[in-house]
Amino acid sequence: MRILNLLKIAFKAIVLNKMRSLLTMLGIIIGVASVIAMLAIGEGSKESIRDEISSMGSNMITIRPGDDMRGGVRQAGSAMETLTLEDFQAIKEHATFISYVSPVVNGSGQIINGSNNWPSSIYGVNPEYLNIKIVGLQSGSMFTDAEVKTAAKVAVIGQTVVENVFPDIDNPVGQMIRFNNIPFKVIGVLEEKGENTFGQDQDDVVLAPYTTVQKRILAIDHLNQIMASAVSEEDAPKAVTEVSEILRAQHNLLADQQDDFNVRSMEELISTFSSTSEMLTILLVAVAGISLFIGGIGIMNIMYVSVKERTKEIGLRMAVGGKGSDILMQFLIEAILISITGGIIGVALGIGSTIFIEKFLQWPTSIAVYSIIVSFAVCAITGIFFGWYPARKAAALDPITALRYE
Amino acid sequence: MSKDIIKIQDLKRDFKMGSEVVHALKGVSCTIQEGEFVTIMGSSGSGKSTLLNILGCLDQPTSGIYEIDGVRVKGLSRNELAKIRNEKIGFIFQSYNLLARTTALENVELPLLYNSKISTQERRKRSKEALEKVGLADRLDHTPAQLSGGQQQRVAIARSLVNNPVMILADEATGNLDTKTSYEIMSLFQELNRQGITITFVTHEPDIATFSSRTIILKDGNIIKDDKNKNVQWAAAELSKLPIED
Repeated sequence: MRILNLLKIAFKAIVLNKMRSLLTMLGIIIGVASVIAMLAIGEGSKESIRDEISSMGSNMITIRPGDDMRGGVRQAGSAMETLTLEDFQAIKEHATFISYVSPVVNGSGQIINGSNNWPSSIYGVNPEYLNIKIVGLQSGSMFTDAEVKTAAKVAVIGQTVVENVFPDIDNPVGQMIRFNNIPFKVIGVLEEKGENTFGQDQDDVVLAPYTTVQKRILAIDHLNQIMASAVSEEDAPKAVTEVSEILRAQHNLLADQQDDFNVRSMEELISTFSSTSEMLTILLVAVAGISLFIGGIGIMNIMYVSVKERTKEIGLRMAVGGKGSDILMQFLIEAILISITGGIIGVALGIGSTIFIEKFLQWPTSIAVYSIIVSFAVCAITGIFFGWYPARKAAALDPITALRYE
Repeated sequence: MSKDIIKIQDLKRDFKMGSEVVHALKGVSCTIQEGEFVTIMGSSGSGKSTLLNILGCLDQPTSGIYEIDGVRVKGLSRNELAKIRNEKIGFIFQSYNLLARTTALENVELPLLYNSKISTQERRKRSKEALEKVGLADRLDHTPAQLSGGQQQRVAIARSLVNNPVMILADEATGNLDTKTSYEIMSLFQELNRQGITITFVTHEPDIATFSSRTIILKDGNIIKDDKNKNVQWAAAELSKLPIED
C-alpha cells in the first residue's frame, strides 16, 4: 500500500479518537516540552556564566607563586616570594601568545580623604592592566610608563571608592587621597563593572603604579602575581604552556622538579563552572527523558487497545487483500504519527514555556537547536519502538479468527 | 464450454483439537464454472465454513488440490494468498464488516487501496461505478450508521465487485436481513450473475438456495448432494408476491 494512503488511514484513526489520542500524546508532550525547557535553562545559565567570566577578561591568565616546603613547613603560595620583576620581564620579552602583561602587587588598607575613610585594596600594576581586565576609564587618565618608572604617587580609583571617599564631589580627578598615610593624587576613575561571578565588588579598588606600591606601601621587591592576557581565547591554553616554560627556565627548574608557580587561564575557570551546570543539565534531561519513556509506554498501551478494538477491521483488511506488512505499517505509522504530533506540540510548548520563564522569571535561557532536533528524533524512535510490538501483533493475526472476533 | 473458476479435488482439512484430530473436510471434490451461481448448504458442523475459508484463500487445505482461476493455491505464502484474495475474490459477510465512521465510497475503495497498481483516480472512479451498480449512487458520502441494513449490505457487495474478482464469495449474506430486504439483495445477486459474475453463496436457508443455479449440500465433511437447480426462482418476482407493508 502506498505511504500516503497509510498516512491518511493513520491520520483518520487519530482524528476519530481525538480525546484518546491527545491523552496518549500528553506524556510525549510533557516529555519533549520539559527536555527543551530544561536544556534552555541549563544552556542559558551556562552562557550567562561564560559571559560574566568573559567580562572579567576571558583571555586573562594569572600567574601566582606555588606553594612550597620551607624547612619542613608547607607554605601557602601567597606567602612565597618566588615571582620577581625578572619573571615579568622575561614573559614580556619572550612570550608570543601574550598580548598584555602586568605585574601585580596588592595590599589592603584604609583610604582617607578629609573626614571620609573607606577600607579597600590597592593594586600595584602597570598601564597594560586595564587591557587585561578589559575595563575603561570613566574620567581622567591611566598613569603612564614614565610614572611607573618614577614610582609616582598617582592612583586610579573605582566607583565604590569614589562613592565612599568622595560622596559630595562629582569628579574626584585631581583630588588627593591617602592610602595607609601615603598621599596619592587621583588621576582617573574606572568605569563601573559591578560584582563578578563570585560576588566580589570589582569597583572597590585603587590602582597605582606597582613600583609605588612595592616601595612605599608594601616595602617588598617580589610580585604577588603576574597578570597577562592571551592574544585570543583559543590561544589561552598555548599561552599557559608558553608562560610555564618561560618561568621554569627563569627559575632554573630541573625536569623532575615541580613548578613553583601556578598559571591559570579563565578558560579553566569557565570549564569548572560549566561542568557544574552541565551536571545539572544532565540531571534535568534525565528526568525529562524518563517522562518521554513513560509517554512511550502510554503509546504502546493505547496501541494495544487499538489493535484489540479493531481486530475485526484487521480481519476485513486482510480478507480484501491487506498483507501482514500493510497492517504492520498501518499501526506503526499511527504510533509514529501520535508520537510526532505529540513532539510538535511538545516543542511548541517547550519554546513557549522557555519564553515565559525568560520574560516573567527573568532567568537566562537559550534554546538549543540540537535539543529540538534530538527530542524530535527521540519522538520518532519512541513511536517506532513502542508501536512496533502492538503493530507486529496486529500483523500476525489470523484473518479467519480476526474476522469472527466479536 | 466456459472455463473453470474453482477446481477442488479430494480436499481434506484436519484440525487438531488437543490430542484429537477433527476431520472437517473428508475429501471434497467439485468444479465451479464461470457464470455459475452456486449455493453451499449444510447444517452447522457440516464443514461449510471450513470450505468457505479455503475457497476464500483464508485457510489452506491439509491435503488435496485447490485451484482458483488456474492458480494452484497449495503452498502459497501468506502474502501470495493476500494477493489472490485482493485480485480474484470478492468477500461478502453476514455482518457486512464495513468500517465504522467511514463513508460508503471509502469502504468500497478499501480492496483497491491494497492494490498498488491502481491510481487514486481510477480507484475513485471504479468505486463510484460499483456503488452505482448496487443502486447507491446517491449515498456515496453516507457512513454505515446512516444506512439501513440492506443498504450496508449493498455497500459490501459494491466493495466485493470493485476489484473485478473472478468470483464473489458470500457468507450468509442475507442472514441479518428481513425477508423483504434479503429478497432485494438476492435479486441484486441474480442481476449480477446475469451479467456474468460467478457467485458462491454459503447459506443455511433453503429458500435462498432456490434463487441459485446449483446447490451443493455438505454433511459431516462430505458433499452429499450436488444438483443443478432446474427451477430457478426469480427473487424480483418473489418480491412482488410478498404482502405489501404499509
